[in-house]
Amino acid sequence: MTAMAPSQVVATAILFALTLYVLFGGADFGAGVWDLLARGPRATAQREVISHAIGPVWEANHVWLIIVIVLLFTGFPAAFASITTNLHVPLSMMLVGIVLRGSAFTFRSYDNAKLNDRRWDRRFSWPSVVTPVLLGIVIGAIATGRLATRPEQPVSLFSVWLTPFPLAVGLFALAIFSFLAAVYLTLETADPSLQDDFRRRSLISGVTVGILAYVVYILARTEAPLVVRGLGASSWGFVVRVATGTFAIVTLAGLWFRRYQVARAAVMVQVTLILWGCALAQYPYIVPPDLTVSGSAAPPQVQRLLIVTLAAGSLILFPSIYYLFRIFKVHTFHPASNRPGE
Amino acid sequence: MSNLLAARLQMAMSLGFHIIFAVIGIALPLMMVIAEAFWIRTGEDVYRVLARRWARGAAILFAVGAVSGTVLSFELGLLWPRFMEFSGPIIGLGFALEGFAFFTEAIFLGIYIYGWGRISPAAHLAAGIVIAVSGAASGVLVVSVNSWMNTPSGFVLDGNRATRIDPVAALLNPAMAAEALHMTLAAYAAVGLLAAGVHAALLRKDRTNPFHRRALAIALAVGGVASVAQPFSGDFAARVVARTQPAKLASMEGQFHTQRHAPLRIGGVPDPRSGRTRFALEIPSGLSILAYQDANAEVLGLNEFPPKDRPPVVVVHLAFQVMVACGMVMMAVSIWAACAAWRCRGVPDGSRLLVVLALTGPLGLVAIEAGWTVTEVGRQPWIIHKVMRTTDAVTSVTGLWLSLLVYTILYLVLGVIVVRLLMAQFQSSPGANEMAVRSGSKT
Repeated sequence: MTAMAPSQVVATAILFALTLYVLFGGADFGAGVWDLLARGPRATAQREVISHAIGPVWEANHVWLIIVIVLLFTGFPAAFASITTNLHVPLSMMLVGIVLRGSAFTFRSYDNAKLNDRRWDRRFSWPSVVTPVLLGIVIGAIATGRLATRPEQPVSLFSVWLTPFPLAVGLFALAIFSFLAAVYLTLETADPSLQDDFRRRSLISGVTVGILAYVVYILARTEAPLVVRGLGASSWGFVVRVATGTFAIVTLAGLWFRRYQVARAAVMVQVTLILWGCALAQYPYIVPPDLTVSGSAAPPQVQRLLIVTLAAGSLILFPSIYYLFRIFKVHTFHPASNRPGE
Repeated sequence: MSNLLAARLQMAMSLGFHIIFAVIGIALPLMMVIAEAFWIRTGEDVYRVLARRWARGAAILFAVGAVSGTVLSFELGLLWPRFMEFSGPIIGLGFALEGFAFFTEAIFLGIYIYGWGRISPAAHLAAGIVIAVSGAASGVLVVSVNSWMNTPSGFVLDGNRATRIDPVAALLNPAMAAEALHMTLAAYAAVGLLAAGVHAALLRKDRTNPFHRRALAIALAVGGVASVAQPFSGDFAARVVARTQPAKLASMEGQFHTQRHAPLRIGGVPDPRSGRTRFALEIPSGLSILAYQDANAEVLGLNEFPPKDRPPVVVVHLAFQVMVACGMVMMAVSIWAACAAWRCRGVPDGSRLLVVLALTGPLGLVAIEAGWTVTEVGRQPWIIHKVMRTTDAVTSVTGLWLSLLVYTILYLVLGVIVVRLLMAQFQSSPGANEMAVRSGSKT
């Protein structure tokens, strides 16, 4: 196997950061969805579990998105310019969602005057629904290969993303984020009835993810042919698809038999494989059909410096994240019985 | 409204909004760390309460800073795609390092805010120190990108393309040290004196409250030292501007014509049509001395530059005057407070001083907004000084007024909510009786 070119390393790092954003930041949005849908006699308790689970970590989880953006505009400036120009409208709307979600959640946590608690709840929850859909729309629209990639090309503000395929990817993203959150939340509480609430939500959203995956695939055959062909042509395509399906089954089985640790590990692998499958299908393009990883890359000396920076930064970053999660998430690794009371 | 104007207004508003939260994210952690260190040293519970209270404020403001910063990182592309396509590879290193610094800050802020009682006091204090250091580092790194726009370096221009890119040289551009120092001090000065103003106002109502006395002491120390140092860093920054961006200096000073023994103008209104700055108090040769340490030095006037290369002189000059005036008042108040503290060997609590502190508290934020206006508007018509014009950088997407409108409403609403939440925090600040009870109990 030949060594990877610097631009491929940076592209892989972008995929890696995006994966972590989805697995962690995405789940924080998913938790917001379940906050909105909290129902039944334990609705308040569900909200408390959610707020307790994401409070200490959501800001750190959110930074993965910034890392993705910075790597994209440094490593692949033409792709960044094309995406931000063509998808100006959904990106702007997504940002409004990010701002509202983040501030409303914090305001709710620190509102000692309790300026009407329910109001914060709604403001935290609605953007949690809309923002993932918009993120999915952006990714779906890129995959269609219809973005204008040269400055002189005219840009259509709506027609590139207001079509069935990007919208389906948007809903798919929402379902994935909600699924992740529901599975994680089964481990955030010691109360068996609350666990069952989140188990039921996990199973429903897990099946929804499966259905939407199928819809996305059917639409992709006509709407994003380049990507579908890429997945078919790649020697890894089949392996990735089978593995994704296998882990999906393991996740659902883990939920069914209340093996939540297994379900959580499996769902993380499953979602990672979905993302990597999409990336593999789209390779070698960053923005199909014109901008490839090697063709739109910044000069190699920039990429190499970026890799060194990433490596050095990781030495501080990963131990810090480990420390954060060890303090606030260690309880999710222990059986519910011997957990210290909060 | 033209698309360019809408894009500029949206960028100005987003930056102007974000910068308030950004500077608080730099300076407030230092103050809470100092309070916590005093708690560990003295065991006085009032310091622990103070650190926790400031941390609550930091948590609210940091969250808004984080999301409004995210908006900015996207807006670079949403509004200025041609600028980013050109400069992304050159300035990306600064942004990447900033990304890591910001990441570290977010992680340890989570640990600090939610970690009271969960980790040892020493580990908790260390987490606070990491926040303070990474906050300052991320500020410096972001400013390095702005200073690169003022003094672009680290590449060779080949037609419209940048070749031989050296991101390290771009990061360490000629204006970087001056701008980074000036901005960092500005953060400590503004936030320190703002907090001092708040606590002075509260102390006035409740004279014996140990909570506000301690808070005032720490805030004054941080804000006062920075405020006294700031004019010197400003002088350094102005000399760099004189050397690298003469048109900006001429606009700041309302200098229309090239001259030796150029006067320093205090106040005044530039009139571009007549080419004169009226109503200014002029100190003979002052500008030549300040900019070049030589009364005989020649200062370039705006007449040296073709009209299409001149910054909007009125805005730049007035903003500069506002910034300098605020800075001078802040320095004076700080010196007054220091003298008062020295005389009474304690926290200065004279009525007049407390009133003045409360009234002048917001001046630092005014100075910061004015200072950013100087550096940004003073660089116009360039987005990258002498390399790319702002008109050539703006997006081809039309209808930007709508996005400007949406973000304006969003930020207005957020601003109002933040102020209300902070007011609620101030009102619920611990009274003297509560503090006495607290110091008696163990919690």
